[in-house]
Amino acid sequence: MNEKSKKNRENKLVTWIRNYSYSIIAMIVVIVLWELAVKVFDVKEYILPAPSQVLRKLTGNLSLLFRYSLVTGWEILLGYLLSIIVGIPMGLMIFYSRFLERVIYPFLVASQTIPKIAIAPLLIIWFGWGIWPKIIVSFLIAFFPIVVDTVVGLKNTEPEMIYLVRSMGADRSQIFFKISLPNALPNIFGALKVASTLAVVGAVVGEFVASDEGLGYLLVVSHGYMDTTLMFAGILFLSLLGIIFFFIIEIIERLALPWKTEKESVLHSATM
Amino acid sequence: MPAQTLIKIENVSKTYTTSKEDIVALQTVNLEIKEAEFVSLVGPSGCGKSTLLMLISGLYPATTGVITIKGEPVTKPYTNLGIVFQRDMLLDWRNVLDNVLLQIEIRRLNRADYEPHARELLERVGLGNFTDRYPRELSGGMRQRVSICRALLHEPPLLLMDEPFGALDAITRDQMNLDLERIWEQSRKTVIFVTHSVPEAIFLSDRILVMSPRPGRIVANIEINLPRPRTLDIRDLPEFSDYNRQIRKIFREQGILIDELGKDKEGLGQSPSSEVDY
Repeated sequence: MNEKSKKNRENKLVTWIRNYSYSIIAMIVVIVLWELAVKVFDVKEYILPAPSQVLRKLTGNLSLLFRYSLVTGWEILLGYLLSIIVGIPMGLMIFYSRFLERVIYPFLVASQTIPKIAIAPLLIIWFGWGIWPKIIVSFLIAFFPIVVDTVVGLKNTEPEMIYLVRSMGADRSQIFFKISLPNALPNIFGALKVASTLAVVGAVVGEFVASDEGLGYLLVVSHGYMDTTLMFAGILFLSLLGIIFFFIIEIIERLALPWKTEKESVLHSATM
Repeated sequence: MPAQTLIKIENVSKTYTTSKEDIVALQTVNLEIKEAEFVSLVGPSGCGKSTLLMLISGLYPATTGVITIKGEPVTKPYTNLGIVFQRDMLLDWRNVLDNVLLQIEIRRLNRADYEPHARELLERVGLGNFTDRYPRELSGGMRQRVSICRALLHEPPLLLMDEPFGALDAITRDQMNLDLERIWEQSRKTVIFVTHSVPEAIFLSDRILVMSPRPGRIVANIEINLPRPRTLDIRDLPEFSDYNRQIRKIFREQGILIDELGKDKEGLGQSPSSEVDY
């Protein structure tokens, strides 16, 4: 169990290949079976296009897909950043003040029980056709787990740990910066990963309701033309966007929390 | 040469107020602890041993009575001490050396002044080669050694230990007892040691205080006159067995240990499984 400290780069690479080779093989097998199934059963392209057809469509519309990915990616990024900027301080406020907890809590619950799709048209009325409604929907979906996990992370500091540092003469800021905050980081990063995937959903929902560019818009339009193959290409790019966001957070997490084992990280992301 | 009194506990009691009821954890304790004395508190689970420790440290306020350390009443967390809990309370994100040096960082002392001492302490408990490891890479016994080094780093005159070896296996526990005995011989600090294990208390202590079930009182005060430095072999001495028997007798009188089946009292943790408080 206890891995020796001398983990060199080569060793890591071998581990990585061993860990992921099955996933990669499984992926390839599914794609091949999909291709074969479409060919053998002669499935119509507008119902289920073969991977090869999707690839052809994709290469044919590459510049469009990239341009729209940039638009949607920008919306996701801004919505996501907003949810972090609001979510973490809100978690801190709830943790440190019973009064603020009582004030914030009803709004927090309300923001999660109201379906975001239902208020998206309202946001269009208020904020117009531009990027803001998408950012706000994305933010509304993504910030909640960040608030909750920040509070949970801060609360799970052991009382004895606090006693221990108080007997060393620790003041409130030392308790926060040296104990509570680092202790909450694994929870916060867990939430940041969940939120990164939710931010993608939010941006697409925003685009569904009203937009003239972006991958969500592409899905609506290609649906209108019954261009299922283009829809698949759009979905593929959307999931790539999600994966990129997810892994950026994962990398930041590993840099910020080097004491966590790789095994833990892999397990963690596997539960997503 | 009578040793100086370090801690004086006068008429101290502690009542926890909950929404349902008031729980008297500790009932009128009077006690003096001398400098350089190794005192153990033994008693059943929930008898207020840990509470007494927390009162001495100033981390809990006493409901009644006064505790003084070196003549000064304890009214806020007393910082000139080291604490070791049953769980090691190491920080996952700090390596062994940085965990020990937390003591210095929180006290805003100069790290460089204490780093050699931290390394030396770790060396002394056999962790000299583990200074840059993270806690997750260590065994339970090693982790607890790190937490003891952390408690000793600033050379406090007083060490409070709350069942520090309660979570360790029997062999590791023996080793830790030996290590602690050796450290105590070298530094002669005042130690207040909470344990469920009577043999452990006899092995380590100058004096054992036996506590009653809740509400906790001190029901016996037993001086342990065994030669020091001690080795595990002293457990085979007849005096050792005598002390053991004496304390067992007190436990019986207090209803903590019951020989006949069917006369068991509820909530008195005499079985090993109920010894773990967490």
